[in-house]
Amino acid sequence: MNWIVQYLWLIPVLPLVAAGIIAVNKQPQRKLAATLAIGAMAAGSLLSLCAFYATLGHGEGVYREVYSFNWLQFGGTDNWLQLGWVLDPLTAIMLVMVTFVGMLIFIFSVGYMAHDPNFMRFFCFLALFASGMLGVVIANNLFLFFVSWEIVGLTSYLLIGFWYHKPSAAAAAKKAFITTRIGDLGLLLGMVWLYAQTGTLNFYDHGHGCMETTALTAMAAHVTIGGLAVSTMVGLLIFLGAVGKSGQVPLHVWLPDAMEGPTPVSALIHAATMVAAGVFLVARVYPLMSQSPLFGAGLYLDSTPMLQVITWVGAITAIFAASIAVAQNDIKRILAYSTVSQLGYMMMGIGVGGVAVGMFHLITHAFFKALLFLGSGSVIHGCHEEQDVRKMGGLKKYMPVTFAVYAIGMLALSGFPLFFSGFWSKDEILHHASNWSVSHVPFYLGCTGALFTAFYMTRQVALVFFGSYRGQDEASSHGHTDHAHAHSAHDHTPHESPAVMTVPLMILAVFAILLGVIGTPAWPWFDSYLTGEAAKFDLGKLTEHGTLSLMVTSAIIVFTGLGLGWLLYGNRLRKTAGEKDVLEAAQPAVFKLLQNKYYIDELYELTVIRLNAFAARLCDFLDRWIFGGVVLAVSYLFLGLAWLYRLMDEYLVNLGFDAGCDSLRESGSGLSKLHSGRVQTYLRVIGVALVLLIIFLIWGHKA
Amino acid sequence: MSPLQGCLLFSALLFATGFAGAVTRRHAILVLVGIELMLNAANLNLIAFWRFGPHPEALTGFIFVLFSMALAAAEAAVGLALVIAIYRHKRTSNLDEVKELKG
Repeated sequence: MNWIVQYLWLIPVLPLVAAGIIAVNKQPQRKLAATLAIGAMAAGSLLSLCAFYATLGHGEGVYREVYSFNWLQFGGTDNWLQLGWVLDPLTAIMLVMVTFVGMLIFIFSVGYMAHDPNFMRFFCFLALFASGMLGVVIANNLFLFFVSWEIVGLTSYLLIGFWYHKPSAAAAAKKAFITTRIGDLGLLLGMVWLYAQTGTLNFYDHGHGCMETTALTAMAAHVTIGGLAVSTMVGLLIFLGAVGKSGQVPLHVWLPDAMEGPTPVSALIHAATMVAAGVFLVARVYPLMSQSPLFGAGLYLDSTPMLQVITWVGAITAIFAASIAVAQNDIKRILAYSTVSQLGYMMMGIGVGGVAVGMFHLITHAFFKALLFLGSGSVIHGCHEEQDVRKMGGLKKYMPVTFAVYAIGMLALSGFPLFFSGFWSKDEILHHASNWSVSHVPFYLGCTGALFTAFYMTRQVALVFFGSYRGQDEASSHGHTDHAHAHSAHDHTPHESPAVMTVPLMILAVFAILLGVIGTPAWPWFDSYLTGEAAKFDLGKLTEHGTLSLMVTSAIIVFTGLGLGWLLYGNRLRKTAGEKDVLEAAQPAVFKLLQNKYYIDELYELTVIRLNAFAARLCDFLDRWIFGGVVLAVSYLFLGLAWLYRLMDEYLVNLGFDAGCDSLRESGSGLSKLHSGRVQTYLRVIGVALVLLIIFLIWGHKA
Repeated sequence: MSPLQGCLLFSALLFATGFAGAVTRRHAILVLVGIELMLNAANLNLIAFWRFGPHPEALTGFIFVLFSMALAAAEAAVGLALVIAIYRHKRTSNLDEVKELKG
């Protein structure tokens, strides 16, 4: 066993220790907090690179080593619940991504949160989050996975509600927590069912794990309600957890609201890592998802019932969220819907093309979306906490560095051909979608989504960076006097962010471009890394199987989106902040529908939440009048009894006792009078007694 | 009246005087004096019963009284010492005021 496998636990434990140390420290030690958190991530990155190196260079078969230990005994003597971790390419690549992106975002946060009084708390939560996320990544056990997954959920809640004095942030935190909880319930049920079926929760355990052939065959052979195989049902429940966490339709509603948290949080948790954890989960249990009852064990197919569900959910999410993003005005909300949409692409990628396709997009997306979020953080920071794109504009002039890296991120997200990573990863997904044996609809949905993506990103960049700055009139009319920002003393023109914020941006930008190289059709290194084959460089692959035509198609789509966006927004730059949107002027009804996110929130308000409120009221009624009444009656009964006892105590026991005590005391005081201490009195008594005695004796003698 | 009766009568008078003194006086030394009187009344009885008893030649009563007087002397010394100690401590020799062992 490689040494790194044994020490893999260090990677999540380091940030955990950092979080603990920060938590017990007193408020003002900012430097220590930042150093600890970033140091833990840096050390984690190094270890992750070691782990990554260990997984390289295994030409045949997938490199996979597991380390498990007994944790909890229950039932019989052999019934151990094990915990453990696994090192395989999937883990390694995620570890590198999470630690590296996490470290950059931590560094960025130092600048972004510099003026926040709760700096320490922020880094404590961030480090805790990193620990949970890395735990998710290395877990070789659905139970350990679930625990880490819930830590991640908790820190997400804490960080969305970081500015909890804002009611919207508090509400968003609750919404995120509760919505993901619905998915997590599915995951928990799936986990329990899985354990009941296979008797193990280890993913891989030298042939005994639940993701290995024996267990999968047994599950696939078992038919349950609705004529579905157990493997399908368990997969569906586990997928529900992924739907909640990764913001897939219909549980996507929490993710845009989660943007109430500080921007580094949005970048780290709600763009790069945590929301991708759902996709990672699906990738981790892919053998289960691709298990078909019809074709026997070990035969992975791209069209099992589960994979169809995943593909459809992903495709619908991709187009759905992308269309909403078109009509949003909050810079972070646009990115949030874009994230939802991209997560849909990842799901679809896993559904149609397998783990490598989805994971490739996950990794590239993590980099360029973290870049975009941090860029938007830089913009917000520079514009004095303004988030409305209508009130920005012309920032190209004020923030050149931010503009440059943002443009790179935007082009990568839009899938600008050849030079940007997003193009290759998205193309891979679309390529597999076009070859999908079940239906071509997801492919068309994906293409439309890509068009929307290019369009809304152009719109955003045009509104934010081009034209003239529109925040000035707004700022001067409101006069921001209560603004606690350090720069409020200056004039209100935007300013470039400090180096501690721009350098991580530049590093991310470099990766946003370069990462595409590892997964081009000509050199599918990423794919072969995950599947354990040797990568071959072959330019000819570019032209095979319609790859080239697809690349051209997707390039045309991207250019159409970019051109359309530029035509509508870049050419006709808005002059004032209050001006109507171009689309709104042309199609008010459609725009309103999109701006209100298809009224999904309102729909939930009317159905789920109303039902919930009704149930709550019912429970309240039951509690108050029925159970409460019973409790009240019992309590009154006991009150009466207690009253009776008190009477008995007071009048019988207490009084009798008191009387006994009094009589004792009186007799004592009477006796004590005899002992006056006067010796002569005693003598007198003795004398009188003597005389009496003599008289008695004499008298008695005579008688 | 035989000499013995006279002696006993005198001894009874002496005892009564001593007892009355011991009971009524408040001064500690006078109480001691009363006690000595009573003791001597008893001694007188012893002497009288020996002198007018069946064996006056045996000197038993005489020896007894001699011992008794020696004891009385010692007792008086202890008694006086106590009185002085009490006086030093309480600044009084009035027995009515000396009624507690404590202090």
